[in-house]
Amino acid sequence: MKQLLALKVNDHPGVLHRITGLFLRRGFNIATITVGACEEPGVSRMTILLEVADERVKDQVRKQLAKQVDVLEVEDLTERDAVTRELCLVRVEAPLKMRSDLQSLIQPFRAQLIDVGFETVVVEVTGSPAKIDALLDLLRPFGVLEIVRTGLAALPRERQTGNGRAALKEGRGVEV
Amino acid sequence: MSFEGPEGARAEALSPDAAAPVGTEAPEGGSSGREGEPQPEPPPVYRGADLLVEVLKEEGAEMLFGIPGGATINFYDALYNSGIPYVLARHEQGAIHAADGYARISGKVPVVTGTSGPGSTNLMTGIANAWFDSVPMVIIAGQVSTSVMGTDAFQESPIFSMTMGITKHNYQLMRGEDMPRVVKESFYLARTGRKGPVLIELPKDMTSNEIPYRKPVEMQLRAYNPKPKIDRALVEKVKRDLARAKRPVIVAGAGIVHAGASELLRAFVEKARVPVVHTLLGLGTLPSDHPLSLGMGGMHGTVWANMALHECDFLLNIGSRFDDRLTGALEHFAPRARIAHVDIDEAELGKVIAEDYPIHGDAREALEILLDGAVDPSPSEEWLAYLESLRREYPLWYRTDRPYLQPQRVVQIASELASDDVIVVTDVGQHQMWVAQFFRFRRPGRFVTSGGLGAMGFGLPAAIGAQIADRDALVLAFVGDGGFQMTVQELILLREYDLPVKVLLFNNNSLGMVRQWQELFYEERYSATLFNIQPDFMRLADAYGVVGRRVKTEEEARAVLEEAFRTRAPYLIEFVIDPMANVLPMVPPGNGVHEMEGVKPQ
Ligand SMILES: Cc1ncc(C[n+]2csc(CCOP(=O)(O)OP(=O)(O)O)c2C)c(N)n1
Repeated sequence: MKQLLALKVNDHPGVLHRITGLFLRRGFNIATITVGACEEPGVSRMTILLEVADERVKDQVRKQLAKQVDVLEVEDLTERDAVTRELCLVRVEAPLKMRSDLQSLIQPFRAQLIDVGFETVVVEVTGSPAKIDALLDLLRPFGVLEIVRTGLAALPRERQTGNGRAALKEGRGVEV
Repeated sequence: MSFEGPEGARAEALSPDAAAPVGTEAPEGGSSGREGEPQPEPPPVYRGADLLVEVLKEEGAEMLFGIPGGATINFYDALYNSGIPYVLARHEQGAIHAADGYARISGKVPVVTGTSGPGSTNLMTGIANAWFDSVPMVIIAGQVSTSVMGTDAFQESPIFSMTMGITKHNYQLMRGEDMPRVVKESFYLARTGRKGPVLIELPKDMTSNEIPYRKPVEMQLRAYNPKPKIDRALVEKVKRDLARAKRPVIVAGAGIVHAGASELLRAFVEKARVPVVHTLLGLGTLPSDHPLSLGMGGMHGTVWANMALHECDFLLNIGSRFDDRLTGALEHFAPRARIAHVDIDEAELGKVIAEDYPIHGDAREALEILLDGAVDPSPSEEWLAYLESLRREYPLWYRTDRPYLQPQRVVQIASELASDDVIVVTDVGQHQMWVAQFFRFRRPGRFVTSGGLGAMGFGLPAAIGAQIADRDALVLAFVGDGGFQMTVQELILLREYDLPVKVLLFNNNSLGMVRQWQELFYEERYSATLFNIQPDFMRLADAYGVVGRRVKTEEEARAVLEEAFRTRAPYLIEFVIDPMANVLPMVPPGNGVHEMEGVKPQ
């Protein structure tokens, strides 16, 4: 089963190493891990997607992480409502005469071309991993040359107190 | 400071009354932002090494163990007049195991140093040992200067990443300004919560650079919470359910020793009438001859302790991490019991066993709650009588049909002759288990052994540290001929620091514990476990200036131990024991703890 974790960690050298080292040692299997600055100076946010055997392991992962001195917060987003995104760049073979086909294909994905050459283009897409997989499937027939994916970044949604409709009216709490 | 150095060259460094370091007045600076002062005074500036010594003193560092080198030479220079005594070991592993023994007996946080490269890699085993047994210490690992770090410079080793997995926390000190904070945090982390080793990687330039010192230092341990709020209601529920259980048992682990809660344990079990199984490191939390003590459980536990684990209907584990040496095969562990577990480290809860009552908190606090108000005795007299009958039917035993000295007998005699406040230290192997089985522990916190890591070579240096921590105690170091030879060079410290440790060397001419497994599970194929040639241990004793005695019979054993115990001198007593003596009974690997072998003489 999957486990999605959002961490705040000290932005010190070696912290990523500390965490991946912990996973290696304890036999936890990382699917993706992303790290970057966050709203607080000196603190980074990590999003980790794991493949775990069962609830026990899930619990262990959380506790082992929380125990690290450099880990400031651990939030398990697996069961929570969260927005998750992944960025993917993909270089596709696209001779000039194919370009408009390609354009119309990627448009519904809100993907865009961010580099254009004579023979190839680079498509940028963000979204859920499933959406990215779907787009990649569509692009394969063109000839996919290179793919790079960032892994998930995630944030919990605002906890909605009123009913959903009121939130909608105010334009709150809607995935856009 | 009770440590007194010998006369001679080292006495100066060991003297606690030596003058303060030259050029370092007590730091006072940093009174920034006081009213009426437009400009804060610039903080005083120190040579890094002097500052380090100052902040170590502020943290109460009273004892230092290590070996110097190029990367730490400035630090040692600053120590010269510091009044902090150091123990100069002969190998860094000896230094750190000594610090380990010192920490366990004194309850203080020793400092261990190794120079960059080989000095700090030699510390690895000792760091891991302290980590596994939650022993507090601060390790200062020298490193090459920051300007050449990462270039594979002479004597560089990536000690920060190497020790990440075996320290409670570690620091790479790259900016002098961080030094006071990092040292302060290190001591705080080492001695709070689940204790453990904390390492500071110290590049050489951090000790030679000038560093401004501002006081006080803020710690930056934002998410670290060493005192979890215990779930009182859940502990009270444990108390109620324990009182109702028909076959309750308590597993007493090292967490009780660390929390200094042995007396509370005793008070509670006497009121609640619950028997106690000890882990290896929990031995002594109840006196061995206490009627409610079942002795040690697990692989070499007693039959009655293991049957208690197997047949209980309620198991309360206080401060043990359910090590596999205790549990045996998990599918057979306490199969009919509801399980409660108190641990200061939340990550231990649910790690091995899915407890019904996971209690995150300190052993002392849990026991205080358990003792609060009336304690109903559990209806367990029948259960106690049953366990007692097992004790009578399957007592620990040893062979009497062989013409050799039986090691268990030696342990018994030593135990008989020793005073109540004896400190018992062991190395790792068969002798360790014989001591765990046959020594009568009378006081808590006086048994020093390498539990989690099982590091051979631990015994002698740990005994040195223990004797430094308690100069007046009788310290016994039980060692095997294998492990002893791993750190034998530290014998000289007994002379150098006037430590009357009695080393009880069990010579079976083999790596006994492995030989035993080969005998029992590998068709007596003694691959690489028999020593073909041994040093003359008596001449070795002579060379190191300790009293040597060789013992072959029970009568000699008694006489020599009597002599040694009343003489304030270090002894190396070699017991030439039955080379085929085994540790029995035994739970063969893979079995449940109720499936023991060798419970009765064949
Ligand atoms: C450093 C280290 N190396 C290897 C082992 C594996 N080991 C466990 S017990 C043992 C034999 C110990 O022999 P000895 O010190 O003579 O003690 P005995 O078992 O004979 O009492 C060995 C090799 C270990 N625990 N530690």
